[in-house]
Amino acid sequence: MNALDIRGLTLRLPATARPVLDGVDLTVGAGETVALVGESGSGKTLTSRSALGLRPAGSTADGSVRVAGTEVLGAGPAVLRALRSRTAAMIYQDPRAATNPLRRIGDFLTESVLLTGALDRAAADRRAAELLDAVGLDASVLDRYPGQVSGGMLQRVVIAAALMGDPALLLADEPTTALDVTTQAEVVALLDGLRRRYGTGLLFVTHDLGLAAAISDRVYVMYAGRIAETAPAAALFDRPRHPYTAALLAATPRIDAPAGRLAAIEGQPPDLRAELTGCPFAARCPLADDRCRTEAPRPRPAPGAADHLTACHHAERLEGSAANV
Amino acid sequence: MNFLRFAVRRLLEMAATLFVASFVVFGAMYLAPGSPAGFLLSGRSASPAALQAINEQYHLDDPFPVRYLRWLGQVLHGDFGRSLTYRTDVSRLLADRLPVTLTLVAMALLIVVVLGLALGWIGAVRGGAADSAVLVSTMVAVGTPSFVAAVLLQGLFAVRLGWFPSGGAGQGFADTVWHLTLPAVALALYLVGLLARVTRSAMLDELGSEHVAVARARGVPERRVIVRHVFRNALGTVLTTGGLVVSTLLVCTVLVESAFSVGGLGQLLELATTTKDFPTVQAVALIVVALFMAVNLLVDLVHPLVDPRVVLGARRSAA
Repeated sequence: MNALDIRGLTLRLPATARPVLDGVDLTVGAGETVALVGESGSGKTLTSRSALGLRPAGSTADGSVRVAGTEVLGAGPAVLRALRSRTAAMIYQDPRAATNPLRRIGDFLTESVLLTGALDRAAADRRAAELLDAVGLDASVLDRYPGQVSGGMLQRVVIAAALMGDPALLLADEPTTALDVTTQAEVVALLDGLRRRYGTGLLFVTHDLGLAAAISDRVYVMYAGRIAETAPAAALFDRPRHPYTAALLAATPRIDAPAGRLAAIEGQPPDLRAELTGCPFAARCPLADDRCRTEAPRPRPAPGAADHLTACHHAERLEGSAANV
Repeated sequence: MNFLRFAVRRLLEMAATLFVASFVVFGAMYLAPGSPAGFLLSGRSASPAALQAINEQYHLDDPFPVRYLRWLGQVLHGDFGRSLTYRTDVSRLLADRLPVTLTLVAMALLIVVVLGLALGWIGAVRGGAADSAVLVSTMVAVGTPSFVAAVLLQGLFAVRLGWFPSGGAGQGFADTVWHLTLPAVALALYLVGLLARVTRSAMLDELGSEHVAVARARGVPERRVIVRHVFRNALGTVLTTGGLVVSTLLVCTVLVESAFSVGGLGQLLELATTTKDFPTVQAVALIVVALFMAVNLLVDLVHPLVDPRVVLGARRSAA
């Protein structure tokens, strides 16, 4: 059973002309690491939050979101409580904002499983001690307040807290953005180790392609609320078939390439207030023609690679080259 | 800084402040127009001999520093002198009146805390029509001075409906509570509105914070989210108004006690001021200052228990 199965998820916000998520298909297998990449406003955070049954107020959703086999869309409060305390958990961008500064770290670790009745006090304390050890923290932090430990330590606490209910799915929403670079590497390595140890599916939301390549088995690239391209990590970075992916790769600074000017992507993502016909990337795409502006591309598999899907009419023209965009 | 050192330092500061306050209180009465002798003679022309006798009895001919130090020495021994109006020891007057005022202020404080927190909670959590009702009623409460509230409550509940007595302090516990209910409500009204608004906006701030969204996303039931994260975190902000709340109660009790003839410290202060009863005014003023500082000290000592980010003795803005 997949940790996460999103099928045709379409999310509409009040007073917008187009859906903010438009037919998103996304799968995270058991124990698999999947990266979801996109720029700000592409809908990657909305997609990951939908796995916890979290939607913006006033939004309407179509499609299906299944976490470890349980349908989340339209689920009642009891189902959602069980889901959030046991089946799926999220790691946040800023651990300082995610924790209540007035409650002890021990309380933060155990409150979800205790208050939902997932574990009793003794089991919760045992689990908290075990997980603190697993994330490399001393049990003495249990009695401290979030303000008394460093950001890196606090992110480890947040990660340990996410694993308290032994979830099938871990959602990491840019978990390293608020940390300094050396701490980032530690946190990524820690997440990867924990995923292996506990067999958790991991959806890693990031705008950092390099990080996505380093950590994930498969990558989804999102643009304007749609999945532009998905492929195994190696294939996506070696042979991008979507002009947006290729442009993103060209815009990523590389340590092994000669330092030239970075290729910025011209233009802006489409406005939520404007109706969208055709391909959302058409306005910024060098390959765009009339068909792109009128007919939305459906995801198509690459020849001989059923797991490499690209929503582009001109995927073939990009085959094998990231440089000609 | 540890708790004991902080408490000792603050007590020393309090003593120093009280010393300065005593000087101001003592000096201010002598700057005001009129003199004790003038009041005692109440406009009658007196013979120089009579005037001389009064001045000697009250040591009015001594230089100011001598008079101040003599008064201070007596106060430190618990002797506030004799009241010019009541012709008894001021300490006797205080012993009679202080309990009434403390009871009244305590009742009002209870109403303020319970109603203020409850209304603020309802406004923030329920929203919609309940929030509008809270906003309107607290605006009315904040806009009603305590002496106006006193007259209105008296007219409705004491005179028209006869549910409560229109004045006096009563005897025994139940009777005292019954007598002091209307004054306490009048005294509390403005602060209920103030505290409800502070509580409401502090809770709304917390409701919008990320850690509250995170608690929900972790499956913590909504009621527990409100209690453990929203209300709990709002308490720190509410507590910082504690000094303001108590000082307002002490000031407004003068008006309310007079309106209801409660016969407490406030009414005593009002009468003593209009009759230039210097020793009494000085004693009451000192006690009010001491009470106010004690409450502020208590708030400062409790604050770190409510909010672990507050460090004892760190610089902070005054409440």
